Amino acid sequence: MNMLKNLFQGNKLVIGIPYGWFLLLVAIPLLIVMKISLSEMEATSVSNMISWTNGLPTLKLNFANYQFIFSDALYVKTYISSIKYALITTLICLAIGYPFAYFMARAPKHVQPTLLMLIMLPFWTSFLLRIYAWKTLLVSNGVINNVLMSLHVINAPLEMMNNSFSLTIGMVYSYLPFMILPLYANLSKLDLRYLEAAADLGTSPFKAFWLITVPLSKAGIIAGSMLVFIPAVGEFVIPELLGGPDTLMIGRVLWDEFFSNNDWPMAAAVAVVMIALILVPMAILNKAEAKLEEA
Amino acid sequence: MSQASNKVFANGWMLAVYLFLYLPIVTLVVFSFNDSKLVTVWSHASTRWYSALMQDSDLLSAVFLSLKIAFLSALMSVFFGTFTAFALNRYRHFRGRTMLSSMATTPLVMPDVIVGLSLLLMLVSLQHWLGFPQRGLFTILLGHALLGTAYAAVVVTSRLKEMDGRLDEAAMDLGSKPWQVFTLVTFPLLVPALVSAFLLTFTLSFDDVVLSSFLSGPGFNTMPMVIFSRARLGLNPTINAVATVTITVVTIAVIASSFYTSHIERKRKREMALAYSDSNQ
Repeated sequence: MNMLKNLFQGNKLVIGIPYGWFLLLVAIPLLIVMKISLSEMEATSVSNMISWTNGLPTLKLNFANYQFIFSDALYVKTYISSIKYALITTLICLAIGYPFAYFMARAPKHVQPTLLMLIMLPFWTSFLLRIYAWKTLLVSNGVINNVLMSLHVINAPLEMMNNSFSLTIGMVYSYLPFMILPLYANLSKLDLRYLEAAADLGTSPFKAFWLITVPLSKAGIIAGSMLVFIPAVGEFVIPELLGGPDTLMIGRVLWDEFFSNNDWPMAAAVAVVMIALILVPMAILNKAEAKLEEA
Repeated sequence: MSQASNKVFANGWMLAVYLFLYLPIVTLVVFSFNDSKLVTVWSHASTRWYSALMQDSDLLSAVFLSLKIAFLSALMSVFFGTFTAFALNRYRHFRGRTMLSSMATTPLVMPDVIVGLSLLLMLVSLQHWLGFPQRGLFTILLGHALLGTAYAAVVVTSRLKEMDGRLDEAAMDLGSKPWQVFTLVTFPLLVPALVSAFLLTFTLSFDDVVLSSFLSGPGFNTMPMVIFSRARLGLNPTINAVATVTITVVTIAVIASSFYTSHIERKRKREMALAYSDSNQ
């Protein structure tokens, strides 16, 4: 019992345990990635950064990986294309998710928990299996084409698979709950008296929506958008299963560098550039979440 | 627009989104009972893919490995996630708090491929220096526990925030030691959050394919890894059968736990109201 007692009196332990855990599994690994991105692959192992000549250590930094990334048109194109798909996904999620979260927050109080659970439920059931399900729906002899052809809506199957259409659908489908949840949390706390006051003063509902509701839900919009955008940039599973040869995504390039080419330093360099791209969105997310916490 | 047509529009929008979310799931389930080898062409109902599943030893051993990893990583996630939530919410000011909170959100948003690669490179360096750990169950477990900790911390944090801090204060005023406050007051109030954090991190681990692929060693294939390698090759009706079993189990667990949570909540409110009316007499 004495030990237990000391344990809970030791504030240092309450902070120290998670600190050590995350340092070991988040901070140190990211530093190691940076280190390895500056070395090169020697046969089956990564080169040593520090070599000893005449008893003196010499630091050998190898920037070749980065030079290659920025001079090779395909890498640059892939980064731009990843950002493009992440951006499109974010905008579509916002366009679908904002009205949805708004209507959900306005629904009768007693049905809201059920509506919320129905959003969460697909999120709980396997992400991988749901992406696979889209494959069965979208392929040329898939469920959607079969249904449309048997109804004589179309004569030839639509090309919906392994292109930007299937990739975008898969991304929007997977990330939509990440947009809806923070928006709902934000909108359900909105003080309705502002809207009543605006209506009393003769403001039209449409105008009140743009002048009051949207500005007050800014933190939710930003948090939701970043929660979609950041992981979408580096998404691997969806482009691998639903994308095609033309839908370039950097997550797949990293995977191939690592698993097919066995070039660990190159994979690390690809990762470092990706991290650099999402640092600003991550800072924006942290700020928006701090704001949501205050409210 | 009139009030009524507004309502029709709102309900229509919500219905469309729910259809979008559930259409793939329903298709998976329906076609798992399809007799045809062609996944997308309905012939007639049968359970042959479920019998095929029972004989699929590769897949079954992967399921058992995944269940083992999911159980252990959920326990670890809840443990570390609770500490993280306490450190960030009960101690508002300490040096490095911002650092801890950003490290705790990193696994939530950072693309999986980066988390997987960085963990693997760290573990390989560790193995280089110390001779362990070997890649396999333990390394996958660490990856899943890291991801789970971040999610568990969010769940426990939201519970800690809505909890009445005055109960802790009252217990301390009545002479409880900090560890007694935790075991007698805070912990019992946290139990529903810990249960849902456990379920969430269990399913996250049971679902992960990217971290597992980076961290796994030869002979350690989790269920998602097997499904992923089959799905890459094409459509496969046994995947539909696995999916249906998984979806059924998860749905039942989620609904049961939400009933359990709201039951506990109601019971607590009733007891508090009772205690309050007693003290007023």
